[in-house]
Amino acid sequence: MAEPVLSLHSLRKSFGALKATDEVSLDVHEGEIHALIGPNGAGKSTLIHQVAGSLTPDAGEIRFLGEDMRGLSVAQRVRRGLGRTFQVSSVAPEFSALRNVMLSVQSTQGSSFRFLRPVMRDRALIDAAMEKLAVVDLAERADIPAAELSHGERRQLEMAMALALQPRLLLLDEPTAGMGPEGSRSLTRFLDALRQEVPILLVEHDMEAVFSLADRITVLVYGRVIASGSVDEIRSNADVREAYLGEED
Amino acid sequence: MARETAINWILGLGLLAVPCLALWADETFYITLATRVAILALAGVGLNLALGFGGMVSFGHATFFGLGGYAAGILATHVFNQEPLLTFPFTIAGTSDMIVIWIVAILVCALVALAIGVIALRTSGVYFIMITLAFAQMIYYFAISWPSYGGEDGLSIYVRNGFPGLNTLDPIQFFLICYAALMLCLFLSARLRDSRFGAALQVARQNEARLAATGIAPFNIRLVAYVISACMTGLAGALFADLNRFVSPSMLSWHLSGEIMIFVILGGVGRLFGPLAGAALFIVMEFYLGGVTEHWQFFLGLILLCVVLFVRGGVIGILAGRRHHG
Repeated sequence: MAEPVLSLHSLRKSFGALKATDEVSLDVHEGEIHALIGPNGAGKSTLIHQVAGSLTPDAGEIRFLGEDMRGLSVAQRVRRGLGRTFQVSSVAPEFSALRNVMLSVQSTQGSSFRFLRPVMRDRALIDAAMEKLAVVDLAERADIPAAELSHGERRQLEMAMALALQPRLLLLDEPTAGMGPEGSRSLTRFLDALRQEVPILLVEHDMEAVFSLADRITVLVYGRVIASGSVDEIRSNADVREAYLGEED
Repeated sequence: MARETAINWILGLGLLAVPCLALWADETFYITLATRVAILALAGVGLNLALGFGGMVSFGHATFFGLGGYAAGILATHVFNQEPLLTFPFTIAGTSDMIVIWIVAILVCALVALAIGVIALRTSGVYFIMITLAFAQMIYYFAISWPSYGGEDGLSIYVRNGFPGLNTLDPIQFFLICYAALMLCLFLSARLRDSRFGAALQVARQNEARLAATGIAPFNIRLVAYVISACMTGLAGALFADLNRFVSPSMLSWHLSGEIMIFVILGGVGRLFGPLAGAALFIVMEFYLGGVTEHWQFFLGLILLCVVLFVRGGVIGILAGRRHHG
């Protein structure tokens, strides 16, 4: 198999006596959706933070596109192709949807240290941003300030911003959180098609979404990987049923 | 948006009209008053870039105001005393040319802002406020205890520095220089705000994590904005020294940092012409209320309290309504 896009090796992170990440290893390959599941407090968010660069692991290695991520800041990792969405939507509230996406586009199109040319006269920025808004079906809301968008629309906006970065990998932290069943289904369809363009590391609570989307699943409990494998393997795994899926029934 | 533009035009032309009328009525005092407004507004325009657009609450901008002032004062003193500024390893003479003085003031402020910013911008919130204040106090006490340039007593500029082709001693001509500097910096601020850099800077204020997740490092954006902000305030300081023909450590004091901040807040944080509205209101109150009662600052405090509590957009906010982004 080709070298994985993202590979975590023996990652460890403790907060005092709490082992939030305990010898976690996993790979994400081109063309796949790798789902990370686990009960609340299993350390999923902590793991995502370490991959994104907002937390530093105590030990272990994170390789992205063959490069060691140690010492790289959040922004540096993003520029290398690590796109993400947040568990709670994170947008620039005062800016319109369009200007939010334009910020992502400007980050990929050279430098932000351009001081005099008005962005709203920069067709290249506007067109590229509008294109991404159309992809997530938000084009007609382009001029609305992000703070006035609905919860679901802010989710779509975040997705457009992540895609505008032309990422090589997407970290999606509970993308369906707070969405209705209809929104959740349409997002599932969207991600299903997206995996051909960009591999995804997906943290998700919605089991229906996970089982219909994931190529592989890693189950985290108390910071440890208790199982990892295909959807069928995880479904039939006794430890997983006991630790996690049992709660669902 | 259109309404705010109209108000900006009125403010800009109003500031120009006052000294013209004063000239016609032969009331030199009002020309000086308008010059004061223009210079203090310029200091506020500088701070507004950091505080208003970038959300950096710098409580030490008097540092740059004072450094600009001392640049003008020190260079002019050396010319007056006919002794070079530096004799080793090469000779640097003083100068009484405003343009050279401005360049020196801007360079000095840029360097000092870079040094302070690299340290202070590692923190945020109340720690950032305290660190900028601490640096400002250090430089303030340094100026007080350094006897070569007047120490606590300050430094007089005996002849106002010159500008090629103009007679700077003529109040209206000096006003026009200050007014042009203010308008130029307002124009630059507007362009900066609407540029790529401005977009990144405003997102650094609105949502720092978002900016980083877009691949733009917030620290670098803030640092550059802080330096540009300091340069504008430093230019204002050089002009202020020439206006008063006097520099003293009070230009470096935290009291002055507070006043510059008051201009910005009174006028409307993050509004382009806010500092001009704020500085004008401040000077008018100082002049008229100060004539009625010694305790005019009590009323200033009341007004400031009302602005902070009830109208977040300051004077511009009252007149033009909410800010709108394109």
